[in-house]
Amino acid sequence: MPSAAEQLVIKGLHVSVEGQEILKGVDLTIGRGEVHALMGPNGSGKSTLGYAIMGHPSYEVTAGSIEIVDPSGARHDVLAMEPDQRARAGLFLAFQRPMSIPGVRLADFLRHAVTNCRNPDRKEGQELMPMREFRNELKAKMAELSMDTEFARRYVNDGFSGGEMKRAEILQLAMLRPKFAVLDETDSGLDADAVRLASESIARIGGAEMGILIITHHEQLLEHNIPLQTHVMLGGRIVESGGPELARELHKLGYERIRAAYPDAAAAEKAMEESAKAAAV
Amino acid sequence: MSTATASPRAAFDAALLERIIASSSLPSWASDVRRAAFDRFVSLGLPGRRDESWMRTDVRLFKPQAWGPSAAPTSPTVPEGLLAPAILSGDLAADSYADFDRAQAPFASQHAAAGSAAAPGAGGKLAGRLASVDGHVVRHELDPALAAKGVVFGPADELLASHADALRPHWFRVIDTGCDWFAAAHAAFHSASSVLYVPPGVRIADPLHVIAGMSDGGVDTSHVLVVLGEGAEATVLTETAGGGATGTAGGFHCGGTEIVVGKGAFLRMVNLQNWNTGVWHFARQKAVVQASGRLQWTLGALGSRLSQVAQDVALAGRGASAQVNGVMFTEGRQHLVYNTLQHHEAPSCTSDLLYKGALQGKSRLVWRGMIKVDKAAQKTDGYQRNDNLMLSTEARADSIPGLEIEADDVRCTHGATSGRVDAEQIFYARARGLSAEEAARLVVAGFFQQVFDRITIPQVREALAKAIGGRIHRIA
Repeated sequence: MPSAAEQLVIKGLHVSVEGQEILKGVDLTIGRGEVHALMGPNGSGKSTLGYAIMGHPSYEVTAGSIEIVDPSGARHDVLAMEPDQRARAGLFLAFQRPMSIPGVRLADFLRHAVTNCRNPDRKEGQELMPMREFRNELKAKMAELSMDTEFARRYVNDGFSGGEMKRAEILQLAMLRPKFAVLDETDSGLDADAVRLASESIARIGGAEMGILIITHHEQLLEHNIPLQTHVMLGGRIVESGGPELARELHKLGYERIRAAYPDAAAAEKAMEESAKAAAV
Repeated sequence: MSTATASPRAAFDAALLERIIASSSLPSWASDVRRAAFDRFVSLGLPGRRDESWMRTDVRLFKPQAWGPSAAPTSPTVPEGLLAPAILSGDLAADSYADFDRAQAPFASQHAAAGSAAAPGAGGKLAGRLASVDGHVVRHELDPALAAKGVVFGPADELLASHADALRPHWFRVIDTGCDWFAAAHAAFHSASSVLYVPPGVRIADPLHVIAGMSDGGVDTSHVLVVLGEGAEATVLTETAGGGATGTAGGFHCGGTEIVVGKGAFLRMVNLQNWNTGVWHFARQKAVVQASGRLQWTLGALGSRLSQVAQDVALAGRGASAQVNGVMFTEGRQHLVYNTLQHHEAPSCTSDLLYKGALQGKSRLVWRGMIKVDKAAQKTDGYQRNDNLMLSTEARADSIPGLEIEADDVRCTHGATSGRVDAEQIFYARARGLSAEEAARLVVAGFFQQVFDRITIPQVREALAKAIGGRIHRIA
């Protein structure tokens, strides 16, 4: 499918963690400006896809490809990149559980991140984005997101509530303006009003420029981010894709119809659950 | 003198002692201090592992006979200290201490960035400075306006005799001069020693800077005595630099620091040890804080091959307080040992010690801390804490806190942690575009932030943060 927009193209992706295969052949193409929703029961491999896209060292890609294909057709092999190169190439993962970095102010952290993502060839030690310019931009973004500037002076995710962490992730998304973003349950831990605010913010940040994959169990986050496609993951594969009505159905009725319709994937889900149980014992 | 250029050394013996005494202009009572220490010195061998303070310090490779003072500085050039780029960049008037105690500017803790240039304020100055190389003072100066107020600062050789009233009661009476071979060697053979006396009520706004430098294979036995009269205030920055790196002739430091903070006086003291990694470093440092006196004492340690440091604080008068900060970074095969004592002798005193260390390579860091509370010291508030961050699997840190309490109405607590940099933290930062090294440096800078926040001298924390940042490799 030729497209004018830059695309993130995932083909036949297999990913293992500690020797256990979690993803068993994922195909997904996201164009810039598109919103895709990824749903599925716990343990189906949604977060694994996010980590694999970002290059987490514990997630081993055993087969398949992840590429950024630009409008000219040139292909960039994401799997050959280190995690920081991926970020600089325009990929972003909003973590389900962001890490805290005590003693490092969110503003300082973001200044490094923004500088690097805007100057992908920057070597450590080279100039950071000028403080005044950075501060003005940060203040403006925080105002747009109704965040108190005091927040940026706090240490990265240190002592943050679940909701504060998610808002900090959205702030970073807004500052970094990636080409493609995976938002891993950015709605979890938020109350209804906060989810609505997050949904609006993401829509405003994303605009026509960003390709977004929203991993969620709910449909509220999609209120202002109407997905072009909703994908259902089960047993490490995307088994069905559809429109917004699919998200609504899954939210209301759960995954029983899906499990019945895709017995192979349901069996894989069961096997993964059992081996996880065995590993826990 | 029979000194040949090939071997400019004399052994630490009676002949050397008499030569030093004969050539020195120290008063006879100060020479008596040397002789008494020497008598003790000759009866002592090197400390062994049965001594509790030394059981984690291996001095078997230290050969006393290999070391002796040089007759003259081998080089008139003072090695550039860590604080030097921030402080000694020009003459007295051009130094940059304007934003002393400035509040943290919003969003502006730039010292987290290893590579970015530190941005000290401009327009400040030093109140005085003294530099020595290989145990010889090569320059010293004091703001004349302060001298006019009775401030005494400079080489002990020049000042001890003329200011005996103020200095003699404390000269080698604060630290123990006979507890081990190094303590006795220092008291007997000290040189390039300096004194600071601040008369009652005199407040010195700008810092005084003392740097002890060493050439490759050099010896430094310098002593520092700081005495603040009642209600006086001062900031003293001392640092060491130079000596040989690992595998060279190295160097030998056998030093001592004595501090007396008078009633209601306030001293900010910084000792920065940044020798090259071939240097043996042995130091005894002690402060006595009198009633309502305040001491903020920061130790930074990045250098040396092996260090053994005793840092004691005695809270000797009611309501005295001491804040003790330690910032240590070790790498390679460095081995640093700290024995700290917070001795509460008087009631209603506060002591608060925070040592933070980050260890790389196969280095080792030992902290053994003691809070001792005398029977008279009711209402004591004592705290000690040591946090270590392991940057490699081969480094080793030992934290040994201790309490010895004879009073019954006290609050004394201690804590120690040892942790590793979390690989998930590094991945999180890399996922935001930071390189692995940059991420590691930020995490380590963050680890030290808590102690940096306590150091109210921005240039000191910036110099420390920058130096530490520059030494961090990719974390294993």
